[in-house]
Amino acid sequence: MSRSRRLLIVGGIALAVWGMSYGLWYAVFAEHQALDNIGASLAGSFLAAADRNPAGMDASLEQYREAKYVYDRQVDVHGHWIGLAMLLIVLGIGFDRVNFSERFKLFLALGLLLGAVIFPLGVLLQTMNHGPLPRGIAIVGSGFVIAALLASAVGVMAPDTSRADAG
Amino acid sequence: MEPELAGFAALGARRLFLLGGIALILTGMFFGDIFAVFTLHQNAAQIGANLAAAAQAALAGNRQAMLASFQNVGAFLENRGTKVDTHVHMIDFGYLALMLAILQPWVAFAESAKRKLAWVFLTGAWLLPVGVYLIHYVGLAHSPMKSIGWASIAADFGGLLVLIVTFVCLLGLWKHFRGSFAGPPDRLLADRSAEGRMLFAGGIALVLLGFFHGVYYAATDLYRHEAQDYSLLAQMSAGAAAGAGAVVDRALAGYSQLQGAKAVNIAAHAHSIEFGLLAIMLAFFQPYVRLRASWKRWWVGVLLLGSLLLPVCVLLEMKFGFVAGGLADFAGLLIILALLAMWIGILRCTGELDASVRPTSGSGASR
Repeated sequence: MSRSRRLLIVGGIALAVWGMSYGLWYAVFAEHQALDNIGASLAGSFLAAADRNPAGMDASLEQYREAKYVYDRQVDVHGHWIGLAMLLIVLGIGFDRVNFSERFKLFLALGLLLGAVIFPLGVLLQTMNHGPLPRGIAIVGSGFVIAALLASAVGVMAPDTSRADAG
Repeated sequence: MEPELAGFAALGARRLFLLGGIALILTGMFFGDIFAVFTLHQNAAQIGANLAAAAQAALAGNRQAMLASFQNVGAFLENRGTKVDTHVHMIDFGYLALMLAILQPWVAFAESAKRKLAWVFLTGAWLLPVGVYLIHYVGLAHSPMKSIGWASIAADFGGLLVLIVTFVCLLGLWKHFRGSFAGPPDRLLADRSAEGRMLFAGGIALVLLGFFHGVYYAATDLYRHEAQDYSLLAQMSAGAAAGAGAVVDRALAGYSQLQGAKAVNIAAHAHSIEFGLLAIMLAFFQPYVRLRASWKRWWVGVLLLGSLLLPVCVLLEMKFGFVAGGLADFAGLLIILALLAMWIGILRCTGELDASVRPTSGSGASR
């Protein structure tokens, strides 16, 4: 098996295991608390409105906004790590259909793996820091994945000059 | 026997994973269509109505009515959530089964052991979604536990079976890569038929399309939608506190529109990538689809057309309403028909092999 295929398949399996473990940890230790927090803060804001209590209403809504922001990103991180891992494995299995030199394919595989790791990582960092750096990391990561995938698509369309070993 | 069909034994593990996986995807998609037509919109309307009732109760200063409306929202969300989970888990387990089918020649166990693993996997893969579906109806009836019902227990057991089989398959892969088992080369992956290339290239294009849309949504709408979500809820509460019914009604209408816009964007992004992955995986199995070449190409075209049309129409639902929704349902039907045709083609291939299968001295490979 070529090094590029091995990198994609082994890297994809490792990323899937990591993504599932992260999701399991989140589901067991954090998700229920987060959902309770979202529900309670939203209900709290309406209760405060019913009591004609604007200060309580604002505080509850602010709590809702922060809890929802973090929850949406945690779920996205888990889903994107596993989804991208599946893409890496499937692409790895068929990577000999990409008609480029092995050296360039290894470069593409590295770009895909790196992007698949750091794109969700950037999203995760947004839960700790709302500044531009985590967003930048997510953008760079997604850029890596898109560029490498685009190049792979071109490689599939390119003429097949040397049939690689499929086994 | 045709050389490219080697490795596809009658009732072999690969056939079980492949046919079972496509059947799971087909059932999950069919269930999703039924759910979308008969439950999803009605459920969304009930959630919206109860949220409106909660806002009106807050407007009237009625705490009890408000809390009751929020409890109703919770119940409708649970009903909706279990249906969505059933749909998603069936399709995702189908994908996992297809992936395991591709990997079977590299899983270094005896064929009989792999066949048992496939049956256990399929049992778990059906048990989990059926259990999840029943959670809403069975509840805690006759349950030995305080907060977990029998349906949840069955679903968790199904998930455990899937997890165990996946882990054992990983062990088999590890054994293969350590070199203790050496099966014959998998000629399936070497196939370069026109249908396979169409599906592989089309699949990558769909995945790319989904990525581009995701990036566009994140860059232009995501943060705006998040800000709107907060501001509309704030308007709703402030309007209720101030006794301004018109403000509450306006905010409620805006909130409903916003939830719709978020849902269609996320669904379009996710469906494009999922159908892309499905097309790439199906590309590997085209040699097994025993249909005339022109028919094979026709069904590949139908699958790719449906896979492109569905996310695009879902995205247009906010603008063109039922017309786009109807087209999206039609696109879903196209994908279901194409998958069904391929499934039948694979079944026909297996039938011929059943009659001509030859005993071989098996190592750990799939024959």
